[in-house]
Amino acid sequence: MTSIRSTAAELVQALADGSTTSVELTQLHLDRIAAVDTTADGRGVHAFLHVDGEGALAQAAESDVRRARGEVRGPLDGVPIAVKDVLTTRGLPTTCGSKILEGWIPPYDATVVARLRAAGLPILGKTNMDEFAMGSSTEHSAYGPTRNPWDLDRIPGGSGGGSAAAVAAFEAPLAIGTDTGGSIRQPGAVTGTVGVKPTYGGVSRYGLVALANSLDQAGPVTRTVLDAAMLHDLIGGHDPRDSTSIQQAWPSFTEAAKAGATGDMSGVKVGVITELAGEGWQAGVMARFQESVDLLVKAGAEVVEVSCPSFVHALAAYYLILPAEASSNLAKFDAMRYGLRVVPDGDPSAEEVMRATRDAGFGDEVKRRIILGTYALSSGYYDAYYGQAQKIRTLISRDFEAAFASVDVLVSPTAPTTAFKLGEKLDDPMAMYLNDLATIPANLAGVPGISVPNGLADEDGLPSGFQVLAPALADDRVYRVGAALEAMYAEQWGGPLLDRAPGLETE
Amino acid sequence: MTAPVTDTLMPFDDVLAAYDPALGLEVHVELNTASKMFCGCPAVFGGEPNAGVCPTCLGLPGAMPVVNGKAVESAIRIGLALNCDIAEWCRFARKNYFYPDMPKNFQTSQYDEPICFDGYMDVEVDGETVRVEIERAHMEEDTGKSLHVGGSTGRIHGADYSLVDYNRAGIPLIEIVTRPILGAGGRAPEVARAYVAQLRELIVALGVSEARMDQGNLRADVNLSLAPKGSGVLGTRTETKNVNSFRSVERAVRYEMQRHAAILSGGGSIRQETRHWHEDTAITTSGREKSDAEDYRYFPEPDLVPVAPSREWVDELRGTLPENPTVRRARLQAEWGFSDLEMRDTVGAGALGLVEETIAEGAAPQAARKWWLGELARRSNEDGVDIVDLPITPAQVARIQALVDDRTVNDKLARQVFEGVLAGEGSPDEVVASRGLAVVSDDGALGAAVDSAIAANPDVAGRIREGKVAAAGALIGVVMKEMRGQADAGRVRELILEKLA
Repeated sequence: MTSIRSTAAELVQALADGSTTSVELTQLHLDRIAAVDTTADGRGVHAFLHVDGEGALAQAAESDVRRARGEVRGPLDGVPIAVKDVLTTRGLPTTCGSKILEGWIPPYDATVVARLRAAGLPILGKTNMDEFAMGSSTEHSAYGPTRNPWDLDRIPGGSGGGSAAAVAAFEAPLAIGTDTGGSIRQPGAVTGTVGVKPTYGGVSRYGLVALANSLDQAGPVTRTVLDAAMLHDLIGGHDPRDSTSIQQAWPSFTEAAKAGATGDMSGVKVGVITELAGEGWQAGVMARFQESVDLLVKAGAEVVEVSCPSFVHALAAYYLILPAEASSNLAKFDAMRYGLRVVPDGDPSAEEVMRATRDAGFGDEVKRRIILGTYALSSGYYDAYYGQAQKIRTLISRDFEAAFASVDVLVSPTAPTTAFKLGEKLDDPMAMYLNDLATIPANLAGVPGISVPNGLADEDGLPSGFQVLAPALADDRVYRVGAALEAMYAEQWGGPLLDRAPGLETE
Repeated sequence: MTAPVTDTLMPFDDVLAAYDPALGLEVHVELNTASKMFCGCPAVFGGEPNAGVCPTCLGLPGAMPVVNGKAVESAIRIGLALNCDIAEWCRFARKNYFYPDMPKNFQTSQYDEPICFDGYMDVEVDGETVRVEIERAHMEEDTGKSLHVGGSTGRIHGADYSLVDYNRAGIPLIEIVTRPILGAGGRAPEVARAYVAQLRELIVALGVSEARMDQGNLRADVNLSLAPKGSGVLGTRTETKNVNSFRSVERAVRYEMQRHAAILSGGGSIRQETRHWHEDTAITTSGREKSDAEDYRYFPEPDLVPVAPSREWVDELRGTLPENPTVRRARLQAEWGFSDLEMRDTVGAGALGLVEETIAEGAAPQAARKWWLGELARRSNEDGVDIVDLPITPAQVARIQALVDDRTVNDKLARQVFEGVLAGEGSPDEVVASRGLAVVSDDGALGAAVDSAIAANPDVAGRIREGKVAAAGALIGVVMKEMRGQADAGRVRELILEKLA
């Protein structure tokens, strides 16, 4: 019996054995979205910026026809999915959570989206996000925040809070996120879901509206490790349209997840990163982390402490490199070709139209980072800021290399705290930036990482996440270790963590 | 509107007495690759506006660039032909500035890691060789083209609105930058012209660009500064843009030398700025100020991987280079039997390649030289158009010479054929037909004309009958007049002598 709580793997099975149809389960999720996403009291989850019921049902119907003819395109054919609004979708609005792109309908699909369509996954809609993926709470969306299904007064993480909340609230079985400094993993941690940032270059960035090109990576947002692996297998692989995409054959992540689910970790060396703990880390989060490490030991893993001394500079380097690249990326939003156009009174010049449009179209956080980045790249400051940051980046990569010379994977809590209250850190950018302390190093070095739910913090009963990092190209390891931990927890808890989420009032 | 012209100019000889010029040239070469620098759109400017565009060259959110391998190949071949080193590893960078014809508001270019660097070109000026050092040749993309509608000048100020055609955006460009050329003195204008003309010839020989200055395939920016004579320092420079012919390169250098000198000698100082060359009035006017405050915030393009041409590939490309220009000039001179002076004039007129192609199309060397350096050089001067940009091809010149050789036209009529071809009336044969220029050698038509000339001039006819053959000239003149110059004079003479034998 399928329900909105079914995993994607279960839906694949149900579609295959004919116990459901793509139209039926697409409708099921559209109904769920209608019930919980926007509510009369204004306290809906608001995971979606745009829902394409008609399009999704049409794609579902086509999928059912293919299935009836025996022409299924792949395992996930017919399983609906939500896509973060930072990936271009032909014919569907793409706003990146910004007013400056309000109403823009791209004439082309991102490669990830094209692969989803080609594989037959109906696209339910586009999910909410911090404006241009700048934030850790989704509160910087120009279209209002997303709420955490565990507690509607709390943030769902960010920037991909919409995708994480959509799967946590059972509005979609699968979603696509993007991770520049933790935007897939940190929302996963605070919503009790699974999120994977693949190796840089593992998934095409063509059509991903760049925040910071050298850090961005799209990846799966799901409720189980196996679902993430299946989705990763589908969207990954070389794309000639993205020069930075890696040309190599990848192992099956689905197989890696299945192998991990046996729970045998013998022979696996796990490094606990010394620097990602201490002051500012919530006690309940640290307690859950220690339990996870103990579980891995119980499963046969060898655990050691590993120091990555340069990680303490990661946040500083990140907040120079990211704004630098972003300031240049965002220059294209100038009202000349698409998007918002604000025309000041009188007889304004093109330059005045650009200025007025950018003033009205960008939110404060975006402006803050454009200013930071413009400054960091300025002549006379370049070496001191952007140049230094690149050197730190090299040091961080070396820390990873040294660590992976002695361990197979590195682990840490995904985020220092559980979900905080909406508005709590909105006026304190530094506090907001600290959420990504543990996730940023992976982006700077281009290595893959996963966040899996590892319980609820004692103080607040909110989910925490366990991060597993692996060397570049070894994404299979994060699936293997993630799936092992997930399997052990399922046994301990008697079911998934999300079963313990308070029901949304409309259920 | 054009700024009022109040520039004071110092007489050129006075400039040379007091100042040493330093010259620098930046030449942009638009490559003739099939597709653009970073996407698959056709690299063809023109056609329906904004038809040759895609998400990448329009700078749509999410779109990404991919380097055109053929453009890299062309860049390396240009670099090798200019005796440059080829980088083993180099990156693209973003040059950030806002302008509506730039889709991303940054230009993807190369900054401190050019693909070609440290080369030179030996330029022949009046029979002497001047070595021009090449600092770098790098790859970049072109911008869109703005059309300012309304107003009186077509410039942005005063325009009612502007249109932008992005078909040109992303077309691959190679920018070739010289080191400061010092010590040219009074020959600086000629050196500048010769460098650009001979660089163009090299580009044509490489086959990497159409290289037409009048079409903007080849664009030269002229940097010039003056320093007190013998001081050995570099003065403040200006960069003159919009110089669209060899002739203008020469004139712009001369103009700026005279303008700078007048300002400096009056105790003033030169503003570091961009200046615009005006072809019609042959002056420069101030463009935007190019102060140190201009900050392009260059940083490596994160969407592209480094370009790392293997040494094997570079060596392979070295094997595809055309003949060294100096060797080529010597070879051609020997083959054609030109005197030193004839060769120098040919090179100086920028007509070496044209003459070579004309000869390849079947014309005799002296005939090819005669037309290009005579009739066509005159036209190029009169029209203020570079000789290579005249609307006539070497094949057409060779055809006209063939028409002379087979006596379809004579030299005088041939000039009318040139006129017709240059006026766009079609091929030489079409001009001959439509203008009715073919020489009449048909005995019937000529015979009738000769008969009436004899009848009308009995005295002359009588003298010829008496053996005064020289008098035939007068009758030939009458016939030619009657036939409006289109008679075969030799045949007319034969007919007269036959009839009066």
